[in-house]
Amino acid sequence: MATSSERSPPPFPEDLEPEPDEVGDQDSDDGEDIFLGTDNPLEIKMDPSLSASDITSSTKPLSEASSPPVMDLLSEPASEASSAPMVDLLMEPASEGSSAPMVDLLMEPASEASSAPMMNLLMEPASEASSAPMMNLLMEPASDDLKEPPKPDIDPLADIINDTPLSEGKTPVAAMPQEPPSDLFDDEPSELFAEPRQSNTAKQQQTSIFDEPDEDLFSEPLGEASKKPQNDFFKEALAPVAKASNVCGPLSDNYNEQPTDIFTEEAITTLPSAVSTVSVNSKTNGVHSDEEEPDIFAEATVELSLDSPRNDRKKKEAAKPSASASAPAPSVSASASKPQPKTLEEVQYITLEEEVEDKFELNISITNPEKVGDGMNAYMAYKVSTQTTLPMFRSKTFTVRRRFSDFLGLYEKLSDKHTLNGYIVPPPPEKSIMGMTKVKVGKEDNSSAEFVERRRAALERYLQRVVFHPSLLQDPDVREFLERDDMPRAHNTQALSGAGFLKMINRATDSLSKMTIKMNESDVWFEEKLQEVEAEDQQLRKLHIMVDSLVGHRKELSVNTGGFAKSVAMLGSSEDNTALSRALSQLAEVEDKMEQLHQEQAASDSFCFAELLADYIRLLGSVRASFDQRMKTWQRWQDAQNMLQKKRETEAKLLWANKPDKLQQAKDDITEWEAKVTQYERDFDRVSATVRKEVLRFEKEKARDFKKQIIKYLESLLQSQQQLIKYWEAFLPEAKAIA
Amino acid sequence: MLFDRPRAVNVDLQTDATLQVDISDALSERDKVKFTVHTKSTLPNFKQNEFSVVRQHEEFIWLHDSFVENEEYAGYIIPPAPPRPDFDASREKLQKLGEGEGSMTKEEFTKMKQELEAEYLAIFKKTVAMHEVFLCRVAAHPVLRKDMNFHVFLEYNQDLSVRGKNKREKMEDFFKNVVKSADGVLVAGVKDVDDFFEHEKTFLLEYHNRVKDASSKSDRMIRSHKSAADDINRIASTLYTLGTQDSTDVCKFFLKVSELFEKTRKIEARVAADEDLKLADLLKYYLRESQAAKDLLYRRGRALVDYENANKALDKARAKNKDVLQAETSQQVCCQKFEKISESAKQELIDFKTRRVAAFRKNLVELAELELKHAKGNLQLLQSCVGVLKGDT
Repeated sequence: MATSSERSPPPFPEDLEPEPDEVGDQDSDDGEDIFLGTDNPLEIKMDPSLSASDITSSTKPLSEASSPPVMDLLSEPASEASSAPMVDLLMEPASEGSSAPMVDLLMEPASEASSAPMMNLLMEPASEASSAPMMNLLMEPASDDLKEPPKPDIDPLADIINDTPLSEGKTPVAAMPQEPPSDLFDDEPSELFAEPRQSNTAKQQQTSIFDEPDEDLFSEPLGEASKKPQNDFFKEALAPVAKASNVCGPLSDNYNEQPTDIFTEEAITTLPSAVSTVSVNSKTNGVHSDEEEPDIFAEATVELSLDSPRNDRKKKEAAKPSASASAPAPSVSASASKPQPKTLEEVQYITLEEEVEDKFELNISITNPEKVGDGMNAYMAYKVSTQTTLPMFRSKTFTVRRRFSDFLGLYEKLSDKHTLNGYIVPPPPEKSIMGMTKVKVGKEDNSSAEFVERRRAALERYLQRVVFHPSLLQDPDVREFLERDDMPRAHNTQALSGAGFLKMINRATDSLSKMTIKMNESDVWFEEKLQEVEAEDQQLRKLHIMVDSLVGHRKELSVNTGGFAKSVAMLGSSEDNTALSRALSQLAEVEDKMEQLHQEQAASDSFCFAELLADYIRLLGSVRASFDQRMKTWQRWQDAQNMLQKKRETEAKLLWANKPDKLQQAKDDITEWEAKVTQYERDFDRVSATVRKEVLRFEKEKARDFKKQIIKYLESLLQSQQQLIKYWEAFLPEAKAIA
Repeated sequence: MLFDRPRAVNVDLQTDATLQVDISDALSERDKVKFTVHTKSTLPNFKQNEFSVVRQHEEFIWLHDSFVENEEYAGYIIPPAPPRPDFDASREKLQKLGEGEGSMTKEEFTKMKQELEAEYLAIFKKTVAMHEVFLCRVAAHPVLRKDMNFHVFLEYNQDLSVRGKNKREKMEDFFKNVVKSADGVLVAGVKDVDDFFEHEKTFLLEYHNRVKDASSKSDRMIRSHKSAADDINRIASTLYTLGTQDSTDVCKFFLKVSELFEKTRKIEARVAADEDLKLADLLKYYLRESQAAKDLLYRRGRALVDYENANKALDKARAKNKDVLQAETSQQVCCQKFEKISESAKQELIDFKTRRVAAFRKNLVELAELELKHAKGNLQLLQSCVGVLKGDT
């Protein structure tokens, strides 16, 4: 499953291994028995869910009416992070315990060959029109799991299935607790409560979208044939079905062998059909491209976990994910309400993302590095050409000349603005005083040409990464950089300038404060991701060193092959057997060509592979910076809370000391700090959400980049092997001709 | 370490059923290598038709030296002695590996160990092959094969109690070599009356230098090729680590590429090893063989100079009419010696050329074939991997 694989790194311990077997066992029989089986485990762990359902049930009717008050009611517990038991209750199991076993149980079979039957088992009941039991069956697992995260030894699947059609079957109450279960797969419970708090339009958006991905998910496991009955049923009891389908979707996903891929593929293949048959909401369907589907899902994980999405942007995004992961209460009302057209913004955002995905809309290339000036004041200027159909630019093609420091300047600007919000701002290539000095001195040798080319390519990749980023592309500075003819000279980019020195000091203090901040991480995801990023950074560095060493050795090999070629040529000339002499000079020629080949290969080792690694080492630095940013905002929030605490104490003291004159001041302080705390908490949530989204985006980019580059690299290897074959094939008859 | 039946790949030798020698087995003990020399023969002076003895490197050297010192063989190219087994480098590395064990991950350590073991095995094989080539050359030589010492070497099933040279002897050897090379320069300066030998002399002088150069260059080339292969190996293992610790779906990609690199580095290492075997060893062998041929020419040149001196002495004696008989005998001896050497040397040098051409042909053809084989294997791996990866994306 896309979501879980992306989010929960390696929590698949061995202790859960027996599960697939049991699953396999169950496959053999018809589903019914299994369903009826063990009720016990469920009962034992009923409490939390009960309470949960209590809470939710109370809210339920309200939400069905879809009236504003409901939202308030719902939002309140959600917003007070610690206070809402419901949130806790739902969150915890979902994010911690339950996610692991559940994921396990789902993942494990995936690798097993026996996965198919399981899927059938789940699908069959689904395709039958008898939807109610199926619903339960599918719904239950989720809730069940939720209830008993810490008990991996009883077969959760069994529970899942046997567990009660009995109880809450069709009541909305049941629907509620089931909701989180589907979250299991991503922990959005919080979102589910937070969601209603949004404005009306937001909710409607959400619901509007809700239909479509749901049905995709739905249609996926069920297959086309079964879609019809499902749809009917869909209308009857939308919410439960939605949930069911959700549960079903991920489940079936997992049973497939390649969780992630499958998800994407299936989404692509099934979506169109879903669109045609369902047509509940053509608008949304139209907007979501096939390709975007997996994407949405990925993002869902991010947004869903938001405690409280606050800004517009997030609302939009939150809407999407919630769609794929099924919206809770509102969905019921949504079924009745007409799907609304998206807000303009939203549409724009989505199209924008599509464009960036496709990358056809904006092509940037950097060419013609040119030395400007002489001596130590000389610099390289690069031609930055842009081709675009995006309306935000004035024309379709335009070209500007930029120098290296302009690129650095762009980074500084972007970094100042966006790092604060937790964005991962792609870093430019490093300054290289050595390399540049060489160029400046004007040595026209190989290494300086190589340096220029390497830098040109690095700058190109840098710029492409920037415009590839949907938020950064919107930045006026980027546009200015691409379009404006006379760029004001970037300042403070010199490595040895006073500003550089200041920056260094800042960095030092930053890293110092980083050490002093001790954050007790509330979100496992971040903790694990950070660790992952750090481990990856380490490995990439290592890999980079090795690839560098390979480049070095390959160059050495090239030189030595050249030397050998010369020696062999000499040997051939002194050989007095004509045929042997001829063969030796042929060998010398082959070796000469090999020298060339090795050299080219060294270049592609360096350009395709080493540079990619260098890029990602730098990028990982930015990723870490965004994690740091999150930590800093957290620290600020904590500080503010402490401050508020102090103010309150002061107030209490004043109250006790009966000093009314100062009391007002203290009260003002408290209000002020309360506002600040709320503000900072929001900031933190916002930054967390951004970081999360950014990291997922980054990972996607990384996967794409690595695939692209490494395939390119392998192709270069492939080519050189082909050349090699050609050379030796030509040589072989010569060798045979020696007599 | 046991090793079975290495093949002598360097030199093409006519095999002769009457006397076949090979090294059937070799055992590495600490710094010694024990070779099991296996002989199959129909010659009457052996007690049995087939037998094996265990010999060490020093005994090979002893055999070689006994050929060199034998005046009878002055007119022949004495097969060059095999080089000393040199495991120092790889043993040193192994030690370093042991020291660095703590600082490496387990995979890295096993990888390094595998590399070193492979390297050690390669050196071992080479050593065995070189020793075998020496014996085969002797066994194929029409005169040397009948040598008594050789037969003893093959048949006597106990230690020949050959000892290594002591310091004094080594000093003597060194001194002799200095004298010889000084003399060699002197002798080489003398214009040869025979065009064939004059030509051979200039050829061998040049050839030897060039083959020396080519040999060292090929060594360097192969060394860097090996380093590159080792790098690929390490890249593969790091990619593997990356693949295992990554939680996104790139991990599969990394693992796949790691697997590919793991395979290509094997091929790459094989390419280097085969180049080593087919090219570098061939050149090295001809470096030594051309040295042996040069030695032959030196001996002939020396004999010629002696002969000329004897002629002069005879003329002088005749002029003074004193000790004429003695001078005549010595002149005759020198003349005989020179003529004998010249006669066999001519044939030897012609044989040398034939052998050389055949050996180069064989090795170059094999080299080209192996290179092709490896390149094709590599290509196939790359193609299938790229195919899979592209299918994935």
